[in-house]
Amino acid sequence: MLAIYVLWLRQLKRYVRSRSRIIGSLGQPILFLVALGFGLGPVFRRAGNGNYIDFLAPGVIAQGILFTAIFSGIELVWDRQFGFLKETLVAPVSRMSIMIGRTLGGATIATMQGMVVFLLTLVIGFRPYSLAHLPLFIVLMFLISLFFTAVGTTIASLLEDFQGFQLIMNFLVMPLFFLSGALFPLSGLSPVLTLITQINPLAYGVDGLRGALIHSSHFGIGLDIAVLAGLSVIMLTVGSYFFSRIEV
Amino acid sequence: MTDQAIRVEHLVKKFDGFTAVNDISFNVSAGEIFAFLGPNGAGKSTTIKMLTTLLRPTSGQIRINGFDPTREQNKVRQSFGIVFQDPSLDDELTAHENMEFHGMLYRVPSQLRKSRIKELLDIVELWDRRNHLVKTFSGGMKRRLEIARGLLHHPSIFFLDEPTLGLDPQTRNQLWNYILNLNKTKQITVFFTTHYMEEAERMAQRIAIIDHGKIIAHGTATELKVQTHTSSLEEAFLSLTGRAIREEEASGLDKMRLRRQMWRRH
Repeated sequence: MLAIYVLWLRQLKRYVRSRSRIIGSLGQPILFLVALGFGLGPVFRRAGNGNYIDFLAPGVIAQGILFTAIFSGIELVWDRQFGFLKETLVAPVSRMSIMIGRTLGGATIATMQGMVVFLLTLVIGFRPYSLAHLPLFIVLMFLISLFFTAVGTTIASLLEDFQGFQLIMNFLVMPLFFLSGALFPLSGLSPVLTLITQINPLAYGVDGLRGALIHSSHFGIGLDIAVLAGLSVIMLTVGSYFFSRIEV
Repeated sequence: MTDQAIRVEHLVKKFDGFTAVNDISFNVSAGEIFAFLGPNGAGKSTTIKMLTTLLRPTSGQIRINGFDPTREQNKVRQSFGIVFQDPSLDDELTAHENMEFHGMLYRVPSQLRKSRIKELLDIVELWDRRNHLVKTFSGGMKRRLEIARGLLHHPSIFFLDEPTLGLDPQTRNQLWNYILNLNKTKQITVFFTTHYMEEAERMAQRIAIIDHGKIIAHGTATELKVQTHTSSLEEAFLSLTGRAIREEEASGLDKMRLRRQMWRRH
């Protein structure tokens, strides 16, 4: 337990100290909100879909979480050779507790990042319909964070080097985001795109956040939570297995 | 307590058909300073990883303070400290936090932790810098901090993998003073690797030389020199391992060192 706490606390301290990284990571959400939100807003409204900023904001929050979570998981690749991880691997603690501590730490900072992006969307003009679902919103953010941090950790456990990094960005992270319904409604899509969004875990995250913030959910919040929680358990198990096999 | 701090018998490690460590046996007595030498790729790191529970041997036996690293991992881990070849500090944390987290991982009770951290940071002359982030430290300061950290849980064996690599003579000298002092006052067994032969000659009571996964010579520096009819350990080493330069392909690790430097600049 103490090991889990140490690794969690360490991630948190690192996050809070990296102010420039927090600010830097807000560039993309701002760009999406301004360029797409204001750029496509009029078309969206004319199509009878309402306020695009309100629709887009939960998607941009999910994007902030996705990137932070995957990166904090993947950071393990560095940590393994040049960082604190090696120190923990020779400490008298189980691999399982190291993996869980790291993942919980990563998930916590991704949730915090989601909160920061949420505050940013409020500044840009997003108005949640009510704040009654704020606790639900936080739970959903945490589940998205947990799942994708575990994905990042699992990938990092399998990577020897950072060569595959660009591949992961272009063929995993970006498609996850663009095909999640973060930018467009899930109803009325072509059958292929419908299928893709149905098997995209982030789609359930975006949908859940939308349900909590603007009370409009395609799959239903219950299903969103069930899918994210189920996938998190699976991914943590798979991740722990691969993590336990890491050799340094 | 056994007199043998480290006992290795017929140790073998194979990677996909390649034999990195090929049936080696040696002992290190408690309280001894032992140098483990060899050219690049000879099997030094692989051996250290097996001794420190990071790799499972293919066959053979290891005892660390009488414990088996494959079966009694936590007992073995509690009993040694290590300074890795690549720094394993967290740059974004302060010196004190690095110490504190180590103490927590090794379950050093909080009061004891406090007093030991003060004592050790005093010894390595970093107490005044305790609240500075490690990324502001020089290479020598990082090494000193790693040494202090590795000793926090009072290990009886201290592994040092090229502890003085890339440090200037002043810092090297100072580091060795700390280590020798600890060896004397706390009877800590020291197991180290180095490419600086004069360091091994001066510091180690006994030396083993490994090449191509086999231990090809062992004994005191004097014994090795007599055996090879040479006048310095450097010459003895060259006469035992040959003068040919070991061309290693850039390993994944080398490439990562490079990339990391690039990554850090952003």
